[in-house]
Amino acid sequence: MAATEKELRLRDSQVAQRKDAAAASGRPGDPANAIECRGVTKRYDVSKAGLSGTTFSIRRGEFVFLVGPTGSGKSTLMRLLIKEIEPDEGRILVAGRDLAELTHKQLPFYRRNLGVVFQDFKLLPDRTVYENVAYALQVTGSSRADIREKVPDILRLTGLATKLHNYPDQLSGGEQQRVSIARAFVNAPPLLLADEPTGNLDPETSIGIMQLLYRINRTGTTVLVATHDSAMVDRMRRRVLELAEGVIVRDELDGQYAPTDMSTAEFGALLREPSPEPQRVPKKREPGDDFDEAFRD
Amino acid sequence: MKLGFFTREAFSSISRNAVPSFAALASVLVTLLVLGVFIPIVQATTGAANDVRGQVIVNVYMKSDATPADSQRVRSQLAQIQGVKSIQYISKDAAYAQERRKNPQAYQLLGSNPLPDTLRVTPTNPDNALALVSAIQPQTPGGGRTTIDPSIDSVGSSKDNTDKILTATRVVKLTTGLLAGLLIVASVLLISNTIRLSVFSRRREIQVMKLVGATDGFIRWPFVLEAVLLGALGAVLAILLLGVMKVALVDPLVSDFALLSAPSTISFGLLVAVLLGAGIAVSALGSAISLRRFLQV
Repeated sequence: MAATEKELRLRDSQVAQRKDAAAASGRPGDPANAIECRGVTKRYDVSKAGLSGTTFSIRRGEFVFLVGPTGSGKSTLMRLLIKEIEPDEGRILVAGRDLAELTHKQLPFYRRNLGVVFQDFKLLPDRTVYENVAYALQVTGSSRADIREKVPDILRLTGLATKLHNYPDQLSGGEQQRVSIARAFVNAPPLLLADEPTGNLDPETSIGIMQLLYRINRTGTTVLVATHDSAMVDRMRRRVLELAEGVIVRDELDGQYAPTDMSTAEFGALLREPSPEPQRVPKKREPGDDFDEAFRD
Repeated sequence: MKLGFFTREAFSSISRNAVPSFAALASVLVTLLVLGVFIPIVQATTGAANDVRGQVIVNVYMKSDATPADSQRVRSQLAQIQGVKSIQYISKDAAYAQERRKNPQAYQLLGSNPLPDTLRVTPTNPDNALALVSAIQPQTPGGGRTTIDPSIDSVGSSKDNTDKILTATRVVKLTTGLLAGLLIVASVLLISNTIRLSVFSRRREIQVMKLVGATDGFIRWPFVLEAVLLGALGAVLAILLLGVMKVALVDPLVSDFALLSAPSTISFGLLVAVLLGAGIAVSALGSAISLRRFLQV
């Protein structure tokens, strides 16, 4: 890609803006932050920490990837964000609201403001596509007229208009994931969390799912995607948080961002390009930890 | 609107989960049927045992030279002893006439009337019959026995018989009581376990509902309603079968055997109400309690 001088300068200024924004987002409780984690620690037992002292913030409207190998704490972070589990230390603020202050009674209402997408789709197996998406609306007490209007709309957006009355086991993996995204987004939540949304899908289907998430992001929704498909992440050129053993080792706030106003088709093309080299915080090596070294080619 | 929604959800979930629903229905049906047969049997048995115990009496025989005035005096003395329910005076002649009617030939051989005047004492509680006997015959310091009045000849304790009757009826009552208790516990466990299983088989569904932002009540009520419907349906079927059994088997027998109609048993209407109430309450409580664990997400 031969970028002209002007484009490069424009990109530099965008990066500078983002850096300023990042500095500003350092304040706790900044309403411009969709997610803010401060010193979050979660231990599963004495030796194994899911997360240790994680601090970061995500601004409204951002598209952020969370990467890292299995056991690095991605899922722990996701589960903390939907308050399925509680942190041992630290604070998590979502839209300026401290999750620790949410009572069991308030929790369902908090979750209605989140769209959540899982690797295993988590669809209700004995309901049709339409009923699965409608359930998310019924939960909030929407009227039947409202449901009849919104569900076909969102299913058209996710490309499932012809599958309304199919059951989940009659759909392909990619289609099931589209249903789960439709369900997550039908309430138009300000924040969408996706835990390994492409984990069970082939590369081409994965690109389709990522395009869908990108389209949702363009409506102003903050999107946080956890994945171990780092090649795809590097190609998308979005902000990347990388976790390793519960510690953030990479936060490419100043990475090579792609412009945010691309069309979905351009975005898809971007995903099929080779990826740039990621910039990681150099890992501190403990003496004697040479096993990986020996097998590096 | 909400009740309508919950009812529709309950009905559709019964049809979606036909097998576990049928299992719950069948377990309610079978246990209530057994209970419905057993409750009248337990009642008839304890009624019969109580009848037998009612026949435990203490005979106080007067000396042969006792005058009616002596008997009157003893009677008033006996009336002061605690635990005496009633005293019946049977004179020599009355006793003779009564016995002769039973066994005319034997009494023909006897020239005179060998029978004494008798005071027949009925204790308030059959278990106290033996205590009553020792109250009439207090122990002397020397170890022998005396009587509370010199005109009393002996006290017909018939110790062995009284003991046997009391022990036997106590065993019968305890056994049937224990069996009834066990049967009730078994029924509660069976019904609530079947319902637990059907809830357990849908725990993923419940988890998804929680993650989509359903409140506990929104998830719970369709489940509880479903259990109420199944419990009621099972109870109604059990009651219908019991009704058929009553009309076809028990009612014709009642006219032939006095035994079946003698002890008062529960009325059929009350039995129906108890079974219906128990079937519904146990199923509903079982489902609400087993749901609690899965709602803590």
